Amino acid sequence: MAEIHLKALAHSYSDAPKGPADYAIREMDHVWKQGGAYALLGPSGCGKSTLLNIISGLLSPSDGDVLFDGKRVNDIPPETRNIAQVFQFPVIYDSMTVFDNLAFPLRNMKVPEAKVQAKVLEIAEILELQDMLKNKAKNLTADEKQKVSMGRGLVRDDVSAILFDEPLTVIDPHLKWKLRRKLKQIHEQFNITMVYVTHDQLEASTFADKIAVMYNGQIVQFGTPRELFESPNHTFVGYFIGSPGMNVVEVQRHNGGVTFNGVDIPLDDGLVDFLNQVPGNNLKIGIRPEFVHVSGESVLGAYEADISHLEDLGTYKILTFRLGGETMKARLDEDQEVPSGKAYVSFPKQWLKLYVDEYLVEDTYDE
Amino acid sequence: MNKVENNRAWFLVTPVFLLVAFSAVIPLMTVVNYSVQDIFDQNTAYFVGAEWYREVLNDPRLHDSLLRQFIFSGSVLLIEIPLGIAVALMMPTRGWTASASLILLAIPLLIPWNVIGTIWQVFGRADIGLFGWALNSIGVDYNYASNPMDAWFTVLLMDVWHWTSLVALLCYSGLRAIPEAYYQAARIDRASNWAIFRYIQLPKLKSVLVIGILLRFMDSFMIYTEPFVLTGGGPGNSTTFLSQTLTQMAIGQFDLGPAAAFSLIYFLIVLLVSWLFFTTITHLDKAK
Amino acid sequence: MNYSLKKKLGISAYIFFVLLPIYWLLNMSFKSNAEILGELTFWPKDFTLDNYAVIFSDPTWYMGYVNSMAYVSLNVIITLMVALPAAYAFSRYKFAGDKQLFFWLLTNRMAPPAVFLLPFFQLYSSVGLFDTHLAVALAHCLFNVPLAVWILEGFMSGVPREIDETAYIDGYSFPRFFVKIFLPLIRSGIGVTAFFAFMFSWVELLLARTLTSVEAKPISAIMTRTIGASGIDWGVLAAAGVLTIIPGLLVIWFVRNHVAKGFALGRV
Repeated sequence: MAEIHLKALAHSYSDAPKGPADYAIREMDHVWKQGGAYALLGPSGCGKSTLLNIISGLLSPSDGDVLFDGKRVNDIPPETRNIAQVFQFPVIYDSMTVFDNLAFPLRNMKVPEAKVQAKVLEIAEILELQDMLKNKAKNLTADEKQKVSMGRGLVRDDVSAILFDEPLTVIDPHLKWKLRRKLKQIHEQFNITMVYVTHDQLEASTFADKIAVMYNGQIVQFGTPRELFESPNHTFVGYFIGSPGMNVVEVQRHNGGVTFNGVDIPLDDGLVDFLNQVPGNNLKIGIRPEFVHVSGESVLGAYEADISHLEDLGTYKILTFRLGGETMKARLDEDQEVPSGKAYVSFPKQWLKLYVDEYLVEDTYDE
Repeated sequence: MNKVENNRAWFLVTPVFLLVAFSAVIPLMTVVNYSVQDIFDQNTAYFVGAEWYREVLNDPRLHDSLLRQFIFSGSVLLIEIPLGIAVALMMPTRGWTASASLILLAIPLLIPWNVIGTIWQVFGRADIGLFGWALNSIGVDYNYASNPMDAWFTVLLMDVWHWTSLVALLCYSGLRAIPEAYYQAARIDRASNWAIFRYIQLPKLKSVLVIGILLRFMDSFMIYTEPFVLTGGGPGNSTTFLSQTLTQMAIGQFDLGPAAAFSLIYFLIVLLVSWLFFTTITHLDKAK
Repeated sequence: MNYSLKKKLGISAYIFFVLLPIYWLLNMSFKSNAEILGELTFWPKDFTLDNYAVIFSDPTWYMGYVNSMAYVSLNVIITLMVALPAAYAFSRYKFAGDKQLFFWLLTNRMAPPAVFLLPFFQLYSSVGLFDTHLAVALAHCLFNVPLAVWILEGFMSGVPREIDETAYIDGYSFPRFFVKIFLPLIRSGIGVTAFFAFMFSWVELLLARTLTSVEAKPISAIMTRTIGASGIDWGVLAAAGVLTIIPGLLVIWFVRNHVAKGFALGRV
């Protein structure tokens, strides 16, 4: 059982990193609690696989420590770290049967054969592989192979965390949900910490209780799927999560709020006070398309916008409009009346987010 | 891959067919023709049927060189295949050292075969060769020109030096095709180095090894130039292999009939053994 | 001792073994005969280029190199020209007698050259090709073409059919598709095939010597000349040997980046 603590961790592939750009992982502090189901979400190249390999020990971090239950494991090789890892492309031992594949880690640890038998059968049952134990592993389908590689992690009693590196990439779409459900079920049954790397927000939110969003070598937000959706901590989280992503517009300070191209947006007093104290000029506001209010008639506090485009996606519609020279989107219910030509849009205050230097600023706590 | 039935593909194959037929079929027919005649000179020849085959099959010279040949080819495979695998496993995988060791290993493959013979002829001499001199100076009485065992050993060592690189490069290329994730998974599964070799590397090497064994068997079975230059087949007949017995017969003594019969038997042996390998390969390809 | 250090030591030891005889040859090529026969020295005491001068000043010597290069290049070109379409046919189509033809081709790689010596001599003499570069190039096709077809077939089978079909739909004619699209895809395969064809043609002596007398005589056959009335001219022999290694080195230098990918002959 393990809690995984990344302490002041950073990693660079270059021997003498000069600036932050040389770092694949920028300095971070992060804790994965024992028994949690976590996802590590981010675009390709953001450093998520690097981070996973550091946790498993395949890579040794250039700075900082990896702690398992408070114990530093930097110098412990992967084979003695009590973790299992499932890779993007299923790794199976071609020349062995399914049974031998599952038994492989146990036999490497010199576990008595009777125990190997029992354990393999138990795990095969859970993974629904019991009928093919005698088959050669190389003739399996991709999802069966992936189950076998997962099974090799589960047979070991000492495994306290399983790391998944985009494990569903090569699986047929109709089998993906089945395998994901299996993962979930195993998680509940075994009380194992699971970290699941993916670039697919749907996969992340169906699997994980908490998602860490990675961008440019940093974890920019760690929260439940709902938190990521409702109050993205960073403009990137806004873009990346949700479909379509958050509307983010660059703004300037203005009396009692902010403005862009003549569109004035009032803000709460607390935020205005805060804005007056910070020096930075990189200001943005963001609002999710779901929360943009659209109406055919002029209402108080609404802005007049030009409709440029409407997409009907069956259960909902995406309205694209232009306001003050910026293109924005709104997501409407399928039965909502859509005005033509001009529309009046408003941004409910509780959903309008302010970002200073790309990070969220909230009224409730002054930093 | 599903192939399409299309007999027009013969147009693409015709050039190869004609070229190889010109170089293979006509000479082969000539050999068959010789093998059933007794030839005195250009204009006098008698049909003798299977006479030469009977004679050759009972010829102790053939038996001896055939036996020597099998022992030699067997030893070659037994040494070069494991050694080649070991060298491939030890080769660096990246950086300039990888390119450098690749190029250095390939050198023996690109030296004309008689030069190989010459190099070892010099290298093994006790008076002017480093190898012979070194052996003698540490007290080993080594002289490949007079001692049959020494000669045989030198020819074998020369072949190992010459050809192990081929096996090594084949295996190296096979090993490079294994994705990194296999090694990572194996580490996490706590596989020992031996288990990694046995269950990851060796299975992936299977098809290149069949190619390596096939090439090494064929070429070692046909070896001629290197031992001819090194020892001239001696001392005695200790390093006289099949090819050499054959050339002696055909060119040295102009026994065309028996030489031709001998050639065909020789060819058939190579063919039979190679066919076994060939079926193994196609089986492997199908299993994929 | 740790595993990777052991590996480094092992490979270094093997490369040392490979280089040792070559070092000795090189060492000898810079010595005078008197020094070679006089005492064993690890480094030339009187460094001399005389042995090389002998070779470069005598046309019968250096023309040997030219001859070898000529028939080897000719062989590589012929081999690739005929083997490429044939390998394509084998990798893409089923046709009457395909399996038999493929196996028959391979059997020629297995034919001991010694078997063919005399008939080859007679055949090439009767068609007037004796002592030409073309004769040797054609004779070497006997073992190089089957191997080339076999290697290329492996690489081509790795290219998905869909690429051919897409090209036809896009209106490519077969020759244009083959040259513009297909060949670039199997570049490393062609490189490795050319390497193998070069290698087996460059190193072969038996056929090359039998099919030539003066005009097209290969360098390796000329080397026997160093055995004269006064014994063997060791220095010149060593220098000539060193010179035969150089073309091979150049070739391996050019294909070194394809070797890792291509040497498995498209079959992994």
